[in-house]
Amino acid sequence: MDFFKRHFMVALTAVLGLVVIAYVGVQGNLTMLFGVVVPYLAVLIFFEGIIYRVIKWARSPVPFRIPTTGSQNRTLPWMERNWLEKLDNPATGKHLFGRMALEVLAFRSLFRNTRTELLRSKEDPEGAKLVHWSYKWLWLGALAFHYAFLVVILRHLRFFTEPTLGFVHLLDNVDGFAQFFMPTVYISGVVLPLAALYLLGRRITNPMLRYISLAADYFPLLLILGIATTGILMRYFFKTDIVAVKQLTIGLATLKPVVPAGISPLFYIHFFLVCVLFAYFPFSKLMHAPGVFMSPSRNMVANNRWVLHVNPWNYPVKFHSYMEIEDQYREAMIEAGLPVEKELK
Amino acid sequence: MAKVPKPEELLSGISYKPPEKGWMAVKPDFRPGTYVNAAGKKWLKFLDYPFPRDWSVADEDWKLPPNWREIILEGMEDRLARFRSLKVFFDICVRCGACADKCHFFLGTGDPKNMPVLRAELMRSVYKRYFTVAGRVLGEVAGARDLDEGVLKEWFSYLHQCTICRRCSLFCPYGIDMAEMTLLGRELLSSVGINIEWAAASVGSCYEKGSHIGATPQAFKDMIDFLAEENERITGVTTEVSYNRKGAEILFIMPSGDYFADPGSYTMMGYLLLFKYLDLDYTVSTYAAEGGNFGWFISHEMGKRLNAKMYEEAKRLKVKWILGGECGHMWRICNQYMPTYYGQPVDFLEEPVSPITGTKFENAKTHKMVHISEFTADLMHHGKLKLDPMRNAHIKMTFHDSCNTSRGMGIFEEPRYIIKNVLPEGNFVEMPPNTIRERTFCCGSSAALNADEFMETRMKGGLPRANAVQYVAEKYGVNHLGCICALDRATLPTLVNYWVPGMEVTGITELVGNALVFDDEIDRDIDLRDRELLYPIVKGEGGEEAEEGEAETAEAAEAEEGE
Repeated sequence: MDFFKRHFMVALTAVLGLVVIAYVGVQGNLTMLFGVVVPYLAVLIFFEGIIYRVIKWARSPVPFRIPTTGSQNRTLPWMERNWLEKLDNPATGKHLFGRMALEVLAFRSLFRNTRTELLRSKEDPEGAKLVHWSYKWLWLGALAFHYAFLVVILRHLRFFTEPTLGFVHLLDNVDGFAQFFMPTVYISGVVLPLAALYLLGRRITNPMLRYISLAADYFPLLLILGIATTGILMRYFFKTDIVAVKQLTIGLATLKPVVPAGISPLFYIHFFLVCVLFAYFPFSKLMHAPGVFMSPSRNMVANNRWVLHVNPWNYPVKFHSYMEIEDQYREAMIEAGLPVEKELK
Repeated sequence: MAKVPKPEELLSGISYKPPEKGWMAVKPDFRPGTYVNAAGKKWLKFLDYPFPRDWSVADEDWKLPPNWREIILEGMEDRLARFRSLKVFFDICVRCGACADKCHFFLGTGDPKNMPVLRAELMRSVYKRYFTVAGRVLGEVAGARDLDEGVLKEWFSYLHQCTICRRCSLFCPYGIDMAEMTLLGRELLSSVGINIEWAAASVGSCYEKGSHIGATPQAFKDMIDFLAEENERITGVTTEVSYNRKGAEILFIMPSGDYFADPGSYTMMGYLLLFKYLDLDYTVSTYAAEGGNFGWFISHEMGKRLNAKMYEEAKRLKVKWILGGECGHMWRICNQYMPTYYGQPVDFLEEPVSPITGTKFENAKTHKMVHISEFTADLMHHGKLKLDPMRNAHIKMTFHDSCNTSRGMGIFEEPRYIIKNVLPEGNFVEMPPNTIRERTFCCGSSAALNADEFMETRMKGGLPRANAVQYVAEKYGVNHLGCICALDRATLPTLVNYWVPGMEVTGITELVGNALVFDDEIDRDIDLRDRELLYPIVKGEGGEEAEEGEAETAEAAEAEEGE
């Protein structure tokens, strides 16, 4: 099996295996395990894992100030910069806040994305042109994916709050405004799987991306697709006892767990996959979410020349001094008319 | 030296299709022309760097120390503890591939390991294997692999096909910076005695004598005096230089490329003319005779060892502040590292103020060092220079933003402001927007990769830059490629000569030198390169023409000011 197939199959098998585990477990009456123990464990691992990882990062210092300067720096007093230049090369904390906000909320760097092609023409067989197109699809796909995911998560808050928070209702209405199906179809429920499929599809169809992709890249996408699929199946096709489900989830949220009867295995599969995603998060590339806040090329003010940055492990190094050079060349220097510190004896 | 294939052969060889075998199974291939020679014993001994020995890249046996693996792994652990960047960048890559076609080496070679994402993965896979649970347990399925000699050779190959230009880091949604990993990876290689000769020899020369080219103090003076004489021959103006003069207001530090060879030397002549015009109270140093710093291409420590002399010499000469010439990596290091290397406030210098315009360089308040482009643009803004752009009328130029000053500092407008003041209107054309400014393509030979034996890969890596130059050459008749980087001036001529024959490479201050109007100048019928001017200035006859030219510039300057 080649590299791609091996990594893809490992991820696919893992996700299918998880589905089977949940199904078998629930059939074997392990509802307490899958409805209460695993979720609590997953949430614990999620938060503790993230805190552990972030602290681990934070324990290493940032010895040098290395922001990637994406535009004109703060320069001569008479040279003005526009707002985007200020954010792309932040000179103050305010600019930096803007840069990070734009990065985290709007994926500013991905918005720059280009695609380069080597065009050869028949008229000029010996030449070729590199053309750099603006290429926004990845940006759009990533943005759609993340925002749809966010909306889905927020919508699910209604399972964990009683009475349901006001903004969740509002979100429900906005997200489901296109009422062409009963029950209401959520836009996020359509966008999330489509965007995930796009991200997966480009990984598989683009030869270079397929070449670099690892099981760790396919697994989260397949897992999320599994979550979305089971969720959609539950909502539109194989309805489960929603009241019982809410009893379970509210029980978890209020730390008074109960396992009501009548919840379908489909729910437990959905729920288990979500738990796995939570528990997997801190040990995977999904840590890019907190990681972007810790990235020195993005989270530092580019004020190198007017605020001293101190390296905590800075140590003295050996260097060749002026006197060493003068001692070596004094005679020739004097002959050449160069001033010296010590005259010849 | 290996024969370099013809441009058309090179182009037809580029394919962006990955090999059949997975990347872990593909071993590096060291073909002449595609690797930089190994550093021999001599310089490493001299620099007191570990495991000096004579070895060759093409050999099977690299004569590694027996415990090389432990050294590398300990070194990696140490750097993970000292550099948050390394830890974060190893952990958060999602392999989205946004960086892939941003790397000039990938675009020129088509080698998937030159995609920054995979180049990083070459190191990341080792990190996973030895420093993460998943990698230890799952091995290859987690993208982890053992560190063996093949992996080390791969690091050598691909970390020396990276010019630390940071183009990938600009496009990365998390700002993952391959440059950071390349630098630390090269440190690791260096820790087991794997260095490249081109860097080690330059560093050794610089350390011992003062500059990469290994000029002694007296030779340094000779070279610059010669350029001053050239100025006098061409313009009639004596641009005498003072060396190691204590008490001068400004210490001027330039890269050695500017006094060593064409076309950098013309930029040096430009500096001297400009300073003479201003009667600037400045001196140059035979000790801090090098702005460039190849040490940084080996390790942060070596970078610091070479950088130290700048502040040391400024202190010894009791100057007020430092002015820096046109150089890319010199400025990246000065901007990102120099005050931090020094570690304490530079209180023996003063906040830089332009003695001509009175402008306070507030952006250099603690650094105490000003870029020549900032200095010159400010002079022009205040109308302090009498300029005749028609003396550059034979020059139709485009501007190459150097990777280091672009993404490691952010200098874009100052050089453009200068260019617009010294070139006749319409003589400046930009390359396509995705190839300039912060998105600029590197020359492909930076980071100590400008060795002759590496020519084939250099020409490939420089293709994206050259291709954009070719575009404006064909479309607008551009004949000069301007830059503010000495390595560019050293390597771009070779590159454009290969891809865009007939293109000249020039520094920006050279154009300033051409355009400056001195009261006591002689007939100006040639430029600093001895080329005939389109509109020669012959005193007494062509005086009026010259006057017109001046009037235009003054107007232009006013218009700019009004904006």
